[in-house]
Amino acid sequence: MNHTLKIAASVAVLAASSAMAGQISGKIKLNGEAPPAKEITPIKGDKFCGALHTKPVMTRTYVVGADKGLANVAVYIKAGLPAGKTYSAPASKPLVDQVGCVYEPLVTAAMVGQTVDIKNSDPFMHNVNCQAKVNKGFNFAQTTQGQVNPRVFDKAELAVKLICNVHPWMAGYVHVFDHPFFAVSDKDGNFTISGDLPDGKYTVEANHIKAGVVSGEVEVKGGKATVNLELAVK
Amino acid sequence: MEAPVPISRSPSPWLFRYATLVALATLGLVCIGGLVTSKGVGMAVPDWPTSFGYGMFALPLSMWMTGGVFHEHTHRVWASGVGLLVVFLTRWTAGHASRKPLAWVGLIEVLGGLGLMGVNPLWKGEAHFLLGIGGVVLAAAAVGFRNAPAPVLSVRLAWAAFALVQLQGSLGGLRVVLDSWAIGGTTGGVVFGMIHGCLGQVFLVLVACLALSLSRWYPTWGRERSEVPGARWVFLGTALVFGQLLLGLWMRHQHAGLAIPDLPLAYGQWWPRTDAESLLRYASRREGVDVITALQVHMHMLHRINAVLALCSIVLAFRASRAHSRGHPLRRLGTAWLHLVTVQFGLGLLTVLTDRAADIATAHVAVGSLTLVAGCWFCWSVGAHRVHRRGPVTDIVSPSLPHTVPVR
Repeated sequence: MNHTLKIAASVAVLAASSAMAGQISGKIKLNGEAPPAKEITPIKGDKFCGALHTKPVMTRTYVVGADKGLANVAVYIKAGLPAGKTYSAPASKPLVDQVGCVYEPLVTAAMVGQTVDIKNSDPFMHNVNCQAKVNKGFNFAQTTQGQVNPRVFDKAELAVKLICNVHPWMAGYVHVFDHPFFAVSDKDGNFTISGDLPDGKYTVEANHIKAGVVSGEVEVKGGKATVNLELAVK
Repeated sequence: MEAPVPISRSPSPWLFRYATLVALATLGLVCIGGLVTSKGVGMAVPDWPTSFGYGMFALPLSMWMTGGVFHEHTHRVWASGVGLLVVFLTRWTAGHASRKPLAWVGLIEVLGGLGLMGVNPLWKGEAHFLLGIGGVVLAAAAVGFRNAPAPVLSVRLAWAAFALVQLQGSLGGLRVVLDSWAIGGTTGGVVFGMIHGCLGQVFLVLVACLALSLSRWYPTWGRERSEVPGARWVFLGTALVFGQLLLGLWMRHQHAGLAIPDLPLAYGQWWPRTDAESLLRYASRREGVDVITALQVHMHMLHRINAVLALCSIVLAFRASRAHSRGHPLRRLGTAWLHLVTVQFGLGLLTVLTDRAADIATAHVAVGSLTLVAGCWFCWSVGAHRVHRRGPVTDIVSPSLPHTVPVR
């Protein structure tokens, strides 16, 4: 009898949570012709970094995929969330890796209080110099291969820049939000924001490190909505 | 009774050579420091005075030779070498009498280091820095050679260099330690980096003037009763060069060197527009993602205009210096100054045209420093002439000084 009650309760919780779960998906497109990527020549000139690559390493200012989809765009809910509601940070840990003397991924997103793992996968040292403007900056060395240093950002801030001064062409970006409704577009510009998102009207904003910001209105009905946004080449 | 120590009226040629070595080492330090900023590797070593937790001279070679660590750590080690040279230059220039003040300074620094370590073990690095320089100063004080002091002016310059080199070292450390501190809308790294860069130029001028004051030529410079034509252009030119270095320093630390990428016009205009739309358009021409601000554009334009003004002033100073007889020091200096500023002007153009290539930008800093040194020497020598025209030279060695003084 007790066992049956537990199962029933679990089913009820699951049903309730699925009813609360919402999802906004869509695509970010680039309007205009992106300037061609250029080779990061200092990588070739560095005997350690150069040895890790057989092909030229190119800049990733604009990464455009199928149907002009734009990668590395942070997409997030800008307005419409219940006022005063606070959210707890997810237990997952986004990874910012340094591989072959470039940051991988170029753009990461995390929530305030969420642990971000910063890793050095290269067989030589890097330093991670965080040039935050709202959060507290930091600068530490990662001298051994595989070294992981967890860091937590305690304030919302867009495009926190991470650089390596040992290899000054290296830069990565972390967007920090005070809610969990965000995503980063994939190589074809697709994104999905999901979570405990009630039905309603929202403003969704897309932020690209070079093309800037664009926003759009969307209404989540029955837990789903689609929004496509377009950024112009700048 | 102790033996008297003679007052040196003409310093040892070896002291002059040593001072010249220190000046050249300082120029080298300015070059490496410039390279660190040009390459953006100032924070490649996140800690100070240790490097990745290692002592200054104990960093493994494999780490030293990695990317930007090479430039930053070399700058630190080279700076330590210059500090060492300056401390012993002070001891040599100020003579036997300098032992006592050196011993006091060294002792205070060593005690300060020990005190820091006792107050907070986390300040071990800073404590080691104080212990290190204090130890070097005490070592200089321990040199018992009973040498005579150089002329008063040289001694004063040597003590100024002694103070400045320690201040400069500390500022370099603060630039690293306080890098992420917010100071007036910018960061500690930018503020202390600019002060450190500016003081580096002043220090180079100081050491170069010390070397000049110890040379065999300097005492004769003010002796010739000649007119000093074009003195105002010399002073104006030097002031403009110094202003130019300050503008350049600001641009380097605020990344404004390429705020305007074309020459001789700026974005095709005499003075570029700085409304929001134009600034966005300028930024879109860049490969990177950094924005361009109106202040960056205006400072870049000021740097260009000031460059032309400095060049004109130096050309006029050069023309005036041609009035001197062939072989006259001022005539030679005028020629050298013109050559330097011409090369500097060309390097400025190349800096823009090569998209601020690090080696070109660093050469621009180095030749700029030399142009300032030449200007200061010129001002000094012109000043000496002007003093001499009003009366006898009194600033080098006072004839009224006794030839010997007892050493206590």
